[in-house]
Amino acid sequence: MAMTDVQQAPAHHHKPSGWSRWLMATNHKDIGSLYLWFSFIMFLSGGVMALCIRAELFRPGLQFFAPELFNQFTTLHGLVMVFGAIMPAFTGLANWMLPLMIGAPDMAFARMNNWSFWLLPPAAALLMLSFLVPGGAAAAGWTLYAPLSTQMGIGMDMTIFAIHIMGVSSVMGSINIIVTILNLRAPGMDLMKMPMFAWASLITAFLIIAVMPVLAGVVTMVLTDRHFGTHFFNAAGGGDPILYQHIFWFFGHPEVYIMALPAFGIISQVIPTFSRKPLFGYTSMVYATSSIGVLSFIVWAHHMFVTGLPATVQLFFMYATMLIAVPTGVKVFNWIATMWEGAMTFETPMLFAIGFILLFTIGGLSGVTLSVAALDIQLHGTYYVVAHFHYVLVAGALFSLFSAMYYWFPKMTGRMYNERLGKFHFWWSMVWFNVTFFPMHFLGLAGMPRRIPDYALQFTEFNSIASVGAFCFGLGQLIFLYNILTSLKNGKPAPALPWEGADTLEWKIPTPAPYHSFVEAPQVEADHNGSIVSMHGDKHH
Amino acid sequence: MSLALNLQEPVTRIAEQEFHLHTLLLVITGIIFLGVLLVMLYAIVRHRKVAGREAKQFHENTTVEILWTVIPFLILIGMALPATRTVLAQKSAAGADMTIKVTGYQWKWRYDYMDENLGFMSHLATPRDDPAALARPDYLLEVDEPLVVPVGRKVRLLLTANDVIHSWYVPALGVKQDAIPGFLRDTWFRVDKPGIYRGQCTELCGKDHGYMPIVVDARSETDYRKWLDERKKLAMAAADDPAKVWKLPDLVVRGEKVYTQNCVACHQASGKGIPGTFPALAGSPIATKDKPGHINIVLNGSKRNAAMQAWGKQLSDTDIAAVITYERNAWGNNTGEMVQPAEIHKARAGTS
Repeated sequence: MAMTDVQQAPAHHHKPSGWSRWLMATNHKDIGSLYLWFSFIMFLSGGVMALCIRAELFRPGLQFFAPELFNQFTTLHGLVMVFGAIMPAFTGLANWMLPLMIGAPDMAFARMNNWSFWLLPPAAALLMLSFLVPGGAAAAGWTLYAPLSTQMGIGMDMTIFAIHIMGVSSVMGSINIIVTILNLRAPGMDLMKMPMFAWASLITAFLIIAVMPVLAGVVTMVLTDRHFGTHFFNAAGGGDPILYQHIFWFFGHPEVYIMALPAFGIISQVIPTFSRKPLFGYTSMVYATSSIGVLSFIVWAHHMFVTGLPATVQLFFMYATMLIAVPTGVKVFNWIATMWEGAMTFETPMLFAIGFILLFTIGGLSGVTLSVAALDIQLHGTYYVVAHFHYVLVAGALFSLFSAMYYWFPKMTGRMYNERLGKFHFWWSMVWFNVTFFPMHFLGLAGMPRRIPDYALQFTEFNSIASVGAFCFGLGQLIFLYNILTSLKNGKPAPALPWEGADTLEWKIPTPAPYHSFVEAPQVEADHNGSIVSMHGDKHH
Repeated sequence: MSLALNLQEPVTRIAEQEFHLHTLLLVITGIIFLGVLLVMLYAIVRHRKVAGREAKQFHENTTVEILWTVIPFLILIGMALPATRTVLAQKSAAGADMTIKVTGYQWKWRYDYMDENLGFMSHLATPRDDPAALARPDYLLEVDEPLVVPVGRKVRLLLTANDVIHSWYVPALGVKQDAIPGFLRDTWFRVDKPGIYRGQCTELCGKDHGYMPIVVDARSETDYRKWLDERKKLAMAAADDPAKVWKLPDLVVRGEKVYTQNCVACHQASGKGIPGTFPALAGSPIATKDKPGHINIVLNGSKRNAAMQAWGKQLSDTDIAAVITYERNAWGNNTGEMVQPAEIHKARAGTS
């Protein structure tokens, strides 16, 4: 379908304009932009909730919010950031860049692409409006553990429907990514030649298709327990509350990699560009990424070490989880080997990529610590876990997204962002991120539970520091917004090749990327990681 | 006050093993991180683009790649061995000297000494609405009745919950175990050092998750025996005569106490509840008119709202009679009606 659409493009290759350009968008670049703006708005909304949480925790005692509202903030902060900010941001980036990187005219299913995106705003509206209904929003934590999630008001039902809708959206987005990568690569762009970002997106898409239906299933079971008299999670009716956790984390652990693998892909593009060197160990990167994807399915119960699993089960999941450290380590070592003996420059994308490697390594190592079941008994459910996954998701996923946005901004818009502001944004985020989240390791070690609105006095100092850090970090993100908005209008025109070391396909076409690119497939000669040796026969409109 | 940077000081052998495991992991992961950091910093300083510098275009080295796959694997085995020993020790509750059943409720704990015919509830003792409470040294970590155990004895805990999943966590003991409604789980500890050890619920269990602390009071064997005798005598003395006929004012006073300990979290001190989540009792038909319905919902819980528990399982006939009487005479519900313990006894017989 998409192919024929685009091939007919000369008949209507002017851009559609006005609201219909966006509402009826079928162009991968327009849809990519929609995704990215949507996810940024969600990022700000989830961020405001985080700041509400940190404001309440600035000092002991209840100052601003009742406990039930506090729980709604922690729950929605998690759901909004995971399903509203990070996942759509990666899908948006894949939409924008994948066709350009592999030489495809558009995404394979252009109309389905439109539907994948336009499902998201209603889902987000359901989540946000649930604050206003009687009983408020869901307050069972983003994990929505039963039987607690069977107690809530209608806000929980709205959350369940929102998850259904977002799940459908991301499964359709993934189908599009898989078909585009498998079927629409330009001649010469072999699978074992294509960019790591394409590999990461491909594996992520398979993970999404495998586990989002599992999540949809388990929240549906909660829904029928709530309203239709089933007893999946009610022991009195023959059910089992722990069944919920097994199903949820069978989704939940691959979900962690759904948010991490695309980040690995981005870093594997940015580091070689600014090191002016090919990616070290491309083949082992592909295998490492794939094995992380496979392993992610057999480690789920490490989230359940305190539920009372038998010793043998604890040991199996402990060993399997530790094993993931091996391919993850390979990736970190490969990135550093790529930098080694390079000729590096440190523009904003590179800074965020280096920040990513450092902080993600910390998150990975605290993950190894948590994987040790015997020690997880102390750390489970404490702020140590909060620190760990924010190192992985904020310094990991979010920093990689900033890196990507600065990296591809010239290609997307034809303008340069403000480099000084970009660097300022990086250093500001780097400092305040650590001020916010590093002390949480200490809080967790000392025994402070997660998800509490008030705390004992010995936790005061580190909570205050974390709150100050969080507000500074949050405000700093407005620098990014300001930079993007002003550069869109007044940024210096971007040169055709803004980054000296960039050699993947998207840099071989005009800047900004034409509205319809590769209307005829180019013949390329590619090397590892999508670097283009030669290309001829491309056409754009 | 010095800032706590590490795990709490362990007072059981398991907690000590956990402490050492953490130290081991901290050292190993710390060295790995420093290694990564130093190599990267070296590259950043020495391998930057300066005039005339060209990047070396290598992109593979089989030896190095095998090494950095195999060495981390070996390091992991080195971590897994001591960790495995500790897991097996944590899981072996055999040979316990005594058993205590721990039940999680929204939002308090109950302890039943299985061999002693003794059981009691343990509530948060920090006043919730008093700003001066922030001056208390154990703010939010104090209870009215701690779990008292003897030192040097292997104490087995059997855990379950009444409503949702809770988690029983005392850092110094190195014990954390979920309490799951409808299922029994076990764990154990043996405290070496007398003292008071504090912890909290670590599984989100609703609105007052942050307000159900755990306090373990470990005493010498003789002190424990003494406490046990006194506590049992106290329990006997406090036991109500179920046939006693109460007067309205006495019942209301008793009922207010029961209400404050059990009902206030949801229905609120004002009796107005929290709109949309927890219904009001002030002026509600069930608390002003339908007396049998009122007795029924307090005894057996609500079919429509799982948050309303079956209090018959937790409270005595007298307590239930008192709290119903209180609810029917507070916040302008001036029915003047009384419910006697005997009525509750009859209602139980009819429904159970």
